[in-house]
Order: sequence, then C-alpha cells, then structure tokens
Amino acid sequence: MQIALFTIFGLLAVAGALNLLLQRHPIHSALSLIVVMMSLAVLYWSLGAEFLAAAQVIVYSGAIMVLFVFVIMLLNAGEEERTRGSRVAAIAGFPGAAAIFCLLSFVFLSERRQLGFTRLGESVSTAFSNIAEVSHTLFTSLLLPFEVTSILILVAILGAVVLARKEL
Amino acid sequence: MVPIAYYLVLAAILFSIGVAAFLIKRNIITIFMSIELMLNAVNLTFVAFAHMWHQVSGQIFVFFVMVVAAAEAAIGLAIIIALFRVRQTLNVDQVNLLKN
Amino acid sequence: MNPQLLWLIPTLPFAGFLLNGTLGRRLPRAAVATVALLFTLAPALLVAKLWSVLQSVGGPLALSVASRPWIAVSGFSVNFAFTVDHLTLIMLGVVTGVGFLIHIYSVGYMAHEEGYWRFFAYLNLFMFFMLVLVLSSSFLLLFVGWEGVGLASYLLIGFYFTKDSAANAGKKAFIVNRIGDFGFLLAMFLLVQHYGSLSFDSVFSQISASHIDGGILTGIALLLVLGATGKSAQIPLYIWLPDAMEGPTPVSALIHAATMVTAGVYMIARCHVLFHHAPAALTVVACIGAATALFAATVGVVQQDIKRVLAYSTISQLGYMFLACGVGAYSAGIFHLMTHAFFKALLFLAAGSVIHALGGEQDMRKMGGLRTRIPITFWTMTAGVFAIAGIPPFAGFFSKDEILFQVFTHGGALYILLWLVGLATAGLTSFYMFRLWFKTFFGEARFSEDAQNHGLHESPPVMTFPLVVLAILSVIGGWVGVPFAFGGQNEIEHFLRPVFHPIVPGQAPFYPEFVSSGSTEFLLALVSVLAAAAGFYFAWLLYYRKPGESTRLANSSNAARFAYRLLDHKYWVDEIYQRGIVTPLLAISRVLLNGLVDGGMVQGSAWALTEGTGGLGWLVRRIQSGNIRSYAGWLALGAACVIVIVLFGHHPLH
Repeated sequence: MQIALFTIFGLLAVAGALNLLLQRHPIHSALSLIVVMMSLAVLYWSLGAEFLAAAQVIVYSGAIMVLFVFVIMLLNAGEEERTRGSRVAAIAGFPGAAAIFCLLSFVFLSERRQLGFTRLGESVSTAFSNIAEVSHTLFTSLLLPFEVTSILILVAILGAVVLARKEL
Repeated sequence: MVPIAYYLVLAAILFSIGVAAFLIKRNIITIFMSIELMLNAVNLTFVAFAHMWHQVSGQIFVFFVMVVAAAEAAIGLAIIIALFRVRQTLNVDQVNLLKN
Repeated sequence: MNPQLLWLIPTLPFAGFLLNGTLGRRLPRAAVATVALLFTLAPALLVAKLWSVLQSVGGPLALSVASRPWIAVSGFSVNFAFTVDHLTLIMLGVVTGVGFLIHIYSVGYMAHEEGYWRFFAYLNLFMFFMLVLVLSSSFLLLFVGWEGVGLASYLLIGFYFTKDSAANAGKKAFIVNRIGDFGFLLAMFLLVQHYGSLSFDSVFSQISASHIDGGILTGIALLLVLGATGKSAQIPLYIWLPDAMEGPTPVSALIHAATMVTAGVYMIARCHVLFHHAPAALTVVACIGAATALFAATVGVVQQDIKRVLAYSTISQLGYMFLACGVGAYSAGIFHLMTHAFFKALLFLAAGSVIHALGGEQDMRKMGGLRTRIPITFWTMTAGVFAIAGIPPFAGFFSKDEILFQVFTHGGALYILLWLVGLATAGLTSFYMFRLWFKTFFGEARFSEDAQNHGLHESPPVMTFPLVVLAILSVIGGWVGVPFAFGGQNEIEHFLRPVFHPIVPGQAPFYPEFVSSGSTEFLLALVSVLAAAAGFYFAWLLYYRKPGESTRLANSSNAARFAYRLLDHKYWVDEIYQRGIVTPLLAISRVLLNGLVDGGMVQGSAWALTEGTGGLGWLVRRIQSGNIRSYAGWLALGAACVIVIVLFGHHPLH
C-alpha cells in the first residue's frame, strides 16, 4: 500500500513539474506548482513528518504560491513570446541539467542497499508526536537560528516594502 | 516498504526539471517558480534522510528552508515588480543592459 | 717605511678626480689646477721615498700590502693587494714623474680651453688607474687598472666631444681595446681553471714548479699577447692610436706615449715566468714586434701631420719593446720603455708647443723656419729627436742598441732576420724624425703670420719648464744602462735582475755579461749608428738641401707613385678592416641580434604577453553577456562539475 501511495503522488508531482515546464502562461505554471507542493506534502506525511506536511500546505502552497499568483495577476503577465534567448543556455545548460540528474541518480541508486527502507507512519524517534519532537529541538538546541530567522523575516518585510514603493 | 533511494531519485527528478525550466523559460516569474521547485526537491531529500537517520534535525532544516524561501519570494517578487515598472517587460532576455 | 702608505699612491689621484669632477665646474681655474697638481705631486714624492727605501743598503727587495679578501668563494679568492718590486719602481717613477711634468704642462696648454676642470679630473682618473695597474699583485686587479686606463683614454680622446672625428676616435680606441681585453679575460679564465688563483706569486710559483712547457701555457700566453697588442697598439690592433691624436696634445703625450701604451709591455715583462715556459708565444711576440716596428716606420715616413708622425713613431718604438721581450731581454725592453717615455713625452709636448705657437696648425707643410722664433722649443725638441734617432750619447741610443744586440745574439736565423728588420727600422726612424725636424724648424716660413689668438710666440714658462726637464732626462737617461762593452756598469740590468732572474737557492746565479763579447757589441753599435747617420743624411738631403725633391721623387715613376699612395693610405688597413670585419659584423648584428633576439624574443615575448592577456580577456568577457539565461546555463554546468568533483574527488566510489 505504501508503494501505491508513493507511486501515485510521485507521479503526480512529476506531472505537475513537467506541466510547469511546458505551459506557456505563467498562471498555469503557478497552479501546476501548487499541485506539486500538495503531493509533496503527502510524501512528507508518509515519511513521518506530519508537522512539515502541514507547514508545506499552509505556508508554501497557501502563502507563497498565493503571493506568486497575486503578482502574476498584478503585472498582467501574458503568454510568453518567443524571443531569441542565449545559446549558452541550450548548449551548456541542458547537458548540465542532464548531468546533474544522472549523477545524482547514479549515486542514490548505487547506495540503495545502505539507504534502507521507509517505515510508514512510524514516528522518527520516540513515542512523542512529531510536532513535540520538532519543537523540543527547535526551542532548545536550535534556539539561536530560530530567533535569527525572525529577524530575517523582518528584514525581508522591510525590503519588500521599500522595493515595491511607487516612487523609489 | 519503499526503498528510500526511490524518494531520493524522485527528488533528483524534480530538481533536474527545475533546472531545465530555469534554463528554458523566458518569463521571469516562471523562472522564480522553478527556483521554488528546486527548493522543494531539496526539502524532500532532507526529510527522506531525516527519516533514514532517525534524526529530527533534518526536518528542522526543512523548516528553516521554508522560512528562507518565503522571505526570498517576497523580496524577489518586489524586485520583479520594480523591474517591471522600469522595463515594462517580464521577458528575461530583455533585461540585458549589462551586456558587454 | 710603513707598507700601508702604498694605498695612498693611487688613491690620492682618485681623490683629486673626485674633487675636480664634482666641484671643479664651480672652482676657478687656479684652484682646479692646484688640486690636480697637488694630488699628482704627492704620489711622486711617495714614490721617491719608496725608491730610497728600496735602494738603501739592506732594504727589502719588495714591499707588499694586502687587504681583506675581495672575492672569496670556495676554491678561489682574490685580495686587493699591491706589490712593489724593482720593476714596479721603474714604472712608478715613469708614471708619476712624467705624469707630474705633463700635468704642469697642461696647466699652460689647456689654459684657454673649455672644460678645464673636466680635463684635469680625467687626467687624475687616468693616473689612478695606471697606478693601480702597475702596483697590483694579481691579474684581476691589473685588469681593473687595464680597463680603467682604457676608459680614461676614451674620455680624454673624445675630450672635444662636439667634434665628430674626436668622438669616433674615442669609440674606435675603446672598441679595439675591448677586443684585446677579451683575450686577456680568456687568459684569466684559463689561469683560474688550471691554477685556481690569479695572484702573481701563486700562479708563477705553480708554473715554475710544474716544469711543463707549451701546451696550455702557450694558449694562455697567446691570449695575453692579444690583450697586449690591443693596449700597446701592435699589429693587428694598432689602428686606434693614430686616430687617438684627436685628443689634446698632453693626452697624447701622457697616455699614448709614455704610460698607457706601455701597459702591454709591462704586463709581458711581469709575466715573464709564464712566457719563459711558452717559447712559441715568445717567438710570436718578437715577430709581431719587429713587423709592427717596420710597418709603422714606413707609414710614418709620408705623414704630414706632426702628431701623426709621432703616433706612428710610438707604434714603431713599442714594436721594439715587444721585440726585446720576445727574445727574453726583458730588462732591455723596460729600459727602452723608460727612455722612450722621456723622449716621446718630450717630443709630443714640444710638438704641442709648436702647435700652440702657430695657433693650432698641425700640418708640417705649413711650418718651417721656426728655429729662431721659438728657441726653447727648438732646442728641447732637438734633444728629443736626437734621442729617438739613436745618436750617442743620447738616451735612445743605449736602449735601442741593447735591444738590437740581444736580438742578434739570441741565435738562430730568424733572429738575424729580426735584427735586420730592427736595423732598417732604426734607419727609417732616424729619417722621418729628422724629416720632421727639418720641415718644422728649418727652411723658409710657410705659415701664415696672422695666426689666430696669439701671434707667434714662445710658450710660457709653465710649458717650457717640463720641456727642459724632459730634455735633460733624454740626454742623461740612457746613462744608467751603458753596457760593459763601453765601459759602463749597466746599472739598470742589475737593478732589474732580482725581478727577472731571481736567485733560486740551489741554482747557479745568472750572469749575462759573461755571455756577451765586447767586440760584437761594439760592432753592432757602430752599424746602428751608421744607419742613424744614413737616415740623417737623406733627411738633410731631401728636406734641407733640396726642398721639394721628395715630392719630385714620389712622382718620378709609376712604382714610386704606387709606393707613395700605399704608404699615404696606411696600406689601406683601415679600409680592409672596415670592409672585412666591421661591415659583416654590423650586418650580422642587425639581422641576428637586432632582428632575431631583440625584435623576436624580447619584443616578441612582450607582444605575446599582451596579446595573450587581451585574448584571454576577450574570451572571458563573452561570458558576461548580460543575459540572465546564459548565466543560468553556466550555473548549471558549474554545479554539475562541482558535484562531480565532490563525488569522485577524494573518496573513490566503492
């Protein structure tokens, strides 16, 4: 059953990614990306990261992608025109991308034995729930990065406000 | 009982599609979205390894990645809006004033 | 006497050079002259003191002083070291004494010239280097002096540097000297390679102890001879000396008559041990000397410029000295060096006096009848002319005669031939010197009375005093070498014996006077006097009795015309050198060194560097296209490379 879960949602993710690649209108690409993120949330849940699955749905799809959709509609982006791009992207880029893929999969597949198997639904370590586990580590040993990220968000807000003003 | 390697290969596929989209697409917002796709692929890798090693720090790292992605998306879109105001286009090939 | 005082002898003129060279431009002429004279007089006095010390009963045979090592590498070391033995003493006496007299003379001669301070600065510099050359006790220090006198000579020949001919003459002198110096350098390299040292004591004792003859020693000796022919103006490197007459007359007197050109002879005499073990080289030296003597004498016969005649005469007399060294009669050669210094300096200075009186005229065809107008110059020059012609009892007779005697009694048919050549040269010398004498002082006046600047007058006392002193020396200077055959003691030969025939314990001492026989010497002397008299007679005939006769003779027949043209053009040697050596050398230099090396390698590498950098920059610039997607492409490629390196870099996979 876990195989079926993985296969369905894996394929869904890949289909969404390909759709993002192939669609011409950015709004379609945005919606395909939402599909990818949703399926990834399910995969996170199957790997025992329930908190992250929820966060993925709420934060990533619900906030970040909505922001993208806002901007697309604000700027009234139309379909892409075909303009002459750079040849480097075609000549160097695709081999690069392909190489990255091949390398990574080669490594992963060759280490298949050592990686082991997943255990569906099993929590990460103890009997506590996943969220208790995450928050415990976050607020004790990783407290400093946590506070720094709050500052990061503050800076980002300020920067976004400044950049997007009408008169610069 | 899915081998973890499959999750990793799936992440690799998503990552490569992200790179390809980054190279092909001409609309700057779409390029940005492909960056988000790459980030998601990386997140999947982290979660898979967190599951493998029975560590929770992998998941926490994903948490931080999400936060950073949010901030980055906000700023990036603000830049795109500013760029649009100046150049009146979202085509990345036409943002080439630094040529030569 | 404290040996440390030896350091003062060359450094005092050097101090004079520094003073005059830096401050002289602003000092008044009297101050410049005083500085120069003072710093030349002091070494002369020191030399006199040295003389008395070494001559005193029980005095040492030599004095030495050495400094800390100059070059000290493993296996080879050289000090700054001076040695004074009897040979050095004679040279020192000549250099400082004649040098001082010429300094006095120059005060008067150069009184109206530009660059007064420069002249005396260079003259003091020359004295410094010459004294270093003479005092040094190693080949390397001698070479320093050798090069230095070449430099001073270049500076002084080209003293009137605004004149093209003077500048070219200076260059010619320096370059031709350089060729000789190259031989000297090679000889020094070989010496270091074979004997590991360059100090005279060390090298000569090793050579004597090794008992080998010929071979590498002949090679070294011949290379040294090459250097000597450059410095002492022998065949084939004599061509610079006639052109060197472009310099002021005191320069010609000091450098090109009395001192610098004798450096080659001195060097051969100093290295007599080496030459003794290389008899082939000695023969070469003798032949070169004799050939040069005759050659130069023939050319001197037809010269019209008074200084050119004296220049060729110098070359000829240097040939005599080479001849003497070549037959092993080193003391005779040094004796002739000394007397030659006296009368040749005298002749040059007197010629300068004549030129000064005539306001710059040097062509003998425009002189004549000066006997009564400038009497002191006339009488002193007469002493010089008689001395060089070899008329007894003047100085030249004894020294020249000694040389001819030694050549004749050396044994072997070659040496009889050389003796004949020497005899012929003596006759020719007498002829052209009396020709000069008659043309300049006798006969009707051919000069223009309204000579520039001064009008015809005798030179001031500051110029005539050295003339008189040198004239006295030309008369009595030979009396130190009167041989036994004439009842004398041959003091000079005695004096130099510790140098040339040092007493080696266990060997019988060398007594040359037992070898000579009085009657042979007397006969030979008679023959040379007859040759001199014949020269006098012909000169009197052609230039006094019947003036104009010589021109008629020169045009009398085709053969005579050809002979005259040959001599007048100096056997076309300069032209031959120009066509045969200089032009091909220039062409090769232009093609190879200028074109290939300089243009190709040096400029080529610079060009390659700039072009390479530019090209690389152009290549890299193409990446900066301003196109975001191309950046993305490079990014992807780069990321792939990084992954490869990380994966397969340090830990090999399974």
